[in-house]
Amino acid sequence: MSDDTTAYESLADAHGGEDRWAFGTGFDDPLAGVDTTVPPGVDPAALGLMCLALGDDALVMSQRLAGWCSNAPELEDDVALANIALDLLGQARLLLTRAAQADPSLRPAEAPAHIPDEDALAYFRDPAAFRNVRLVELDDDGDFARCIARLFLFSTWRLAALVWLVDSPDPVLAAASAKAVTELTYHREYAAGWVVRLGDGTELSHQRMQDALEWAWPCVNLLFGSDLSQGNLYAEHSEFIGVLARVLATATLSEPPWEWAGSSAGARDGEHTEALTELIADLQSVARAHPAATW
Amino acid sequence: MVSTTVADARAIAQTVTDPELPMLTLHDLGVLRGVRLDGERVIVEITPTYSGCPAMAEMRSDLAARLHNAGYRDVTVRTVLSPPWTTDDITERGRQVLAEHGIAPPGPAPRRGPGPVPLALGVRPPAVDCPLCGSADTELVSQFGATSCKSLHRCVACREPFEHVKAH
Repeated sequence: MSDDTTAYESLADAHGGEDRWAFGTGFDDPLAGVDTTVPPGVDPAALGLMCLALGDDALVMSQRLAGWCSNAPELEDDVALANIALDLLGQARLLLTRAAQADPSLRPAEAPAHIPDEDALAYFRDPAAFRNVRLVELDDDGDFARCIARLFLFSTWRLAALVWLVDSPDPVLAAASAKAVTELTYHREYAAGWVVRLGDGTELSHQRMQDALEWAWPCVNLLFGSDLSQGNLYAEHSEFIGVLARVLATATLSEPPWEWAGSSAGARDGEHTEALTELIADLQSVARAHPAATW
Repeated sequence: MVSTTVADARAIAQTVTDPELPMLTLHDLGVLRGVRLDGERVIVEITPTYSGCPAMAEMRSDLAARLHNAGYRDVTVRTVLSPPWTTDDITERGRQVLAEHGIAPPGPAPRRGPGPVPLALGVRPPAVDCPLCGSADTELVSQFGATSCKSLHRCVACREPFEHVKAH
């Protein structure tokens, strides 16, 4: 009997009083039935770390954007931000699942055995084990310009990096990247449109967009602290700078000064700001309080 | 008596509809990639429209349940990630059904070469014909609609809002 048949039967029994784990069911594996063998020549530990880093970026950014749900200035933006958060959550699920398949030692020991890998990684790691960039963890404090500045910088960088992973020797990472590129193209367009609208708007909106850019700016160098684009770091960086310059010029905003000295020290090393601790505590509160919860 | 031809199993799988666009079958949407038999087991392959598509689990259970009810005891639904789904996979019939339900069908999906993706700053996507009155005088309200795969539009001629499946 296949796993999927088991899963079907568990669903069919849902009304028969059979309890199920609250944070995932047999149906939820985003890679159900995908050939998940790590190809020869690919270092499983390196692949695991790359998927973990990209998955953590997406998970934390998704959680930050989810905080905007019902708080955006217009209904359309509420829907847009929720859609973007959902896309990133989907990317996180594929990437975290792949990370634990490639390197099973990434799965936290304290996660109950029946929980899928993606949930084990999301709900049972301490903040120090997260490998996301600092940009995504900052608390924008309900400031829409900050939300947009961060989303623009993040999606521009992520798109510039992931286009190179479409050709990854790992077929799962390649396929996940190919889907992500299409999605990130929309995310970047949405954010860039708002950067221009606010930057080239009123005196007040211009100043607030400029302030927001400077708020996020100290985290920009760290985006390039580790090579996630398979040897294309230079091309990734050039692409980022080119898009940034074009959007800021159109938005009549000034590019804050780059400070390169020691710039990438501290990238993805597990050192985080207090903001991540709070975000993770919120994200994990139910799973940690009720590790055997069922519904 | 359980039928055991691939054609029978495929015909059943092709009747399953999309949870979010229930006027469309998974076949019309291009999400159903293949149906085959391996002995007594039916193997169904589906592909997600978006990474975060929350409907995948429901699609899997609907396919398994429909085939199960038709007498196939052993059903495996597999996810295929490559090649990624595009709106070009929507069938001609699927496009007609979308339009009949007031949802403007997608044009050809953009083709992308290797390397960086150009930023379309200030470039409005081509106007979408209104599926209700046929006018080409329409405007984009938002790139993101009720689901990730749809955008929101407004017809200037008949004043009606409508959705559009984004070419993707």
